[in-house]
Amino acid sequence: MPERRPEHERVRVQAAAFDPGQEVSAFTAALSASGAVVSFTGLVRDGATPLTAMEIEHYPGMTERAIAAMVADAMARFGLEDARVIHRYGRLSLRDPIMMVATAARHRADAFAAAEFLMDYLKSRAPFWKKEITADGAAWVAARDQDEDALRRW
Amino acid sequence: MRLRVLYFAWLRERIGAAQEELETSAATLADLVTELRGRSDGHALAFADLKGLRAAIDQELVSFDAALGDAREVAFFPPMTGG
Repeated sequence: MPERRPEHERVRVQAAAFDPGQEVSAFTAALSASGAVVSFTGLVRDGATPLTAMEIEHYPGMTERAIAAMVADAMARFGLEDARVIHRYGRLSLRDPIMMVATAARHRADAFAAAEFLMDYLKSRAPFWKKEITADGAAWVAARDQDEDALRRW
Repeated sequence: MRLRVLYFAWLRERIGAAQEELETSAATLADLVTELRGRSDGHALAFADLKGLRAAIDQELVSFDAALGDAREVAFFPPMTGG
């Protein structure tokens, strides 16, 4: 049996920037039983109006708890050896990494599915709220029905 | 019952506060919302339509018919946009 890491060590909610490549390397180096690693990085991108910055608000405490619960669920459902979720808050610039998910399993199907599962849940169940700052002003990003619908497949 | 109430995103902006401490005898979240609507025009506007809102009791996502029980912290916010 692979060594089980406590859920809170698998989750980082932080203001600081991170290097996705470095994170995936460190994550991969610590594995012992996996044949597949999948990672996803979400970046700040332009909308209809060019973006000056993005501000991400979160609910300290609940954010970590909610993500740790998702990760525990993903570990059990897909038989993962390990998983990592990093999500930033605060003021971000265009093209900055916002968040990343990494999953490790014996086979790729489970690693891919677990990454998608975590992404779907992070979108609609982790207490983050994005605000886009443009030359026209600031606007909260509206949640999309399709993001809520995406949870039904799990 | 003494309660800490938190607001996030546009709800916080409309109400003009990130949190408030209050005394309530509300039995459910819906009862609490009715009380909150009476606190200011900003509150009334923020809670005009519950369909677009989400709530948590002690950091667990719940529906508006949830009982407050011995809750210490209640939070209201728009649908989340993480990821």
